[in-house]
Amino acid sequence: MKLRYIAARLVKTVLVAIAVVVLSFFLIRLAPGDAATVMAGQSGYADEAFMKDLRAEYGLDQPLPAQFWKYAVTVAQGDLGTSYVRRQKVTTIILERLPNTLLLDAFALLVAAAGGIWLGSMAARRPGSAGDSAVTVLSMLFYAVPQFWLGMMMVLVFAVWLAWLPPFGIETMGSDYTGLARVGDIAQHIILPGTTLALYFLASYARLTRTAMIEVADQDFVKTARAKGISERQVARRHILRNALIPLVTYAGLQASILVGGSVLVENVFSWPGIGTLAYEAVTSRDNPVLLGIFIVTALLVCLFNLITDIAYSIADPRVELGK
Amino acid sequence: MNFARRFFSRPAAMFGFAVFVAIVMIALAAPLVFARGPFNIVGMPLLPPGAPGLLAGSDILGRDMAVGLAYGARVSLLVGVTSTLCAVGIGILLGATAGYYGGLVDDLLMRFTEFFQIIPSFVLLMVLVAFMQPSLASTVIGIALISWPQVARVVRGEFLSLRSREFVEAARVLGMRDARIIFTQILPNALPPIVAVSSMMVGSAILTESALAFLGLGDPNLLSWGSMIGGARSAMWVAWWTPVLPGLSIMVTVLALNFIGDGLNDALNPRRRH
Repeated sequence: MKLRYIAARLVKTVLVAIAVVVLSFFLIRLAPGDAATVMAGQSGYADEAFMKDLRAEYGLDQPLPAQFWKYAVTVAQGDLGTSYVRRQKVTTIILERLPNTLLLDAFALLVAAAGGIWLGSMAARRPGSAGDSAVTVLSMLFYAVPQFWLGMMMVLVFAVWLAWLPPFGIETMGSDYTGLARVGDIAQHIILPGTTLALYFLASYARLTRTAMIEVADQDFVKTARAKGISERQVARRHILRNALIPLVTYAGLQASILVGGSVLVENVFSWPGIGTLAYEAVTSRDNPVLLGIFIVTALLVCLFNLITDIAYSIADPRVELGK
Repeated sequence: MNFARRFFSRPAAMFGFAVFVAIVMIALAAPLVFARGPFNIVGMPLLPPGAPGLLAGSDILGRDMAVGLAYGARVSLLVGVTSTLCAVGIGILLGATAGYYGGLVDDLLMRFTEFFQIIPSFVLLMVLVAFMQPSLASTVIGIALISWPQVARVVRGEFLSLRSREFVEAARVLGMRDARIIFTQILPNALPPIVAVSSMMVGSAILTESALAFLGLGDPNLLSWGSMIGGARSAMWVAWWTPVLPGLSIMVTVLALNFIGDGLNDALNPRRRH
């Protein structure tokens, strides 16, 4: 049952990936001007013959369907083409940046989940109390703050005024730390961007946990558990929290693509060498193969993430049967 | 009447409404009070707030920050409201079609909606705006194109549940055309949740606009809060007010709009309580 379900989900993922390839390919080709104009602009040399050579070299002189077919065949072979700007394989560029983004996302999600669930369950314990209102006000504030601005404020306070943490980059430039020293260096660099990214999600997790816990605490099975004489601690943890986590898991799945998109801004503010900064560079330099590659890779990641949350769902909630 | 009383009985909604009205006044008054425009250089660069004649200080080019903040309100409100209206239009059209007809139409439209949810929307937005050339129009269109799916999903849900109600059947028996049933019979009944969703979208559209402008993908001929923050990136080390003031302006505006949205939500669905 589970295997069949996972197989069906994998097929769906492949179909979604194909749809993403088709839609984004044509979307990007709608743009006025082509790569030849961009590359000619870079070399400062826009001679007609030179442009013609460039177009021939990249197959841009062929009709659109033919171009698409050629692209689709290479993608199917796991090759995302060559960057116009760097003359490097797109897969190489993306694989070089992806681990940095995943590291940042993982740190942010961990901080957000831990902090959000903690704050949310504190608030839910006594609805209407001062602590509860504080959590609500804080989450309203974080919803209203532009993420990039929050990042700049973090730099201003913790890097400029207090000088506790490095303001940008993933490691100290020119340092050749190895082993543990390098890990420590990266850990110092991740705190500011990671927390900036985490705070927005933390606010929503706290709100969701609070609402869900208040709702669950009112249900019959919780009363039954209390009536059976189970300690309040156990009831809170095993009966209420576990059930309250379910909407949280769904929400995390929905956030996957926002996380990748949100990191464009945070990565930009902190010069974090991830997919977000790569996307920004690709947009400004019209590097279409890189953009397409990013769309395809992130879409696949989002699908994978959703698959994982579906499975996590079935663990968090024993009532859920996979495949429904 | 009842609705207004419910709305204003919440202090947060009242506060949000008051702040919003104040911001609208500032936006409307800006060109009358500061006729020279936000790009006018008034004095030395990076003068702190409170310097003679400079309530909010000057920026790195010696422009009056207060003027910039007032003009920025115009861009934020304009983009926030118009892009939300466009998104609501697209969302209603597609969501109503999917929900009313169901079946294959619904399936196809929902798969199309999914595409927008899977692709990182901010990257898509950057691509759209860069391709259309950064301008006020491309910002509005871009934001509308990435935010309609939220509306479409809500509208579709409402239509799915309303389409088999008796009053719809009655309209059909009377021989009304589909388009007329959709717009005159079902849509008015589906409005409350649509209003609630869209009121929250104005705030997030303002945040998105500021992010675009911050990255230099906003209209180059307009000074917006986001572009002021972007321009302050090099000055923030010595002049804290250059990024702090426009950021606070965005935060207060979005907060006010979210309070209004929450208030509308409660006033429109009195049975729903947190």
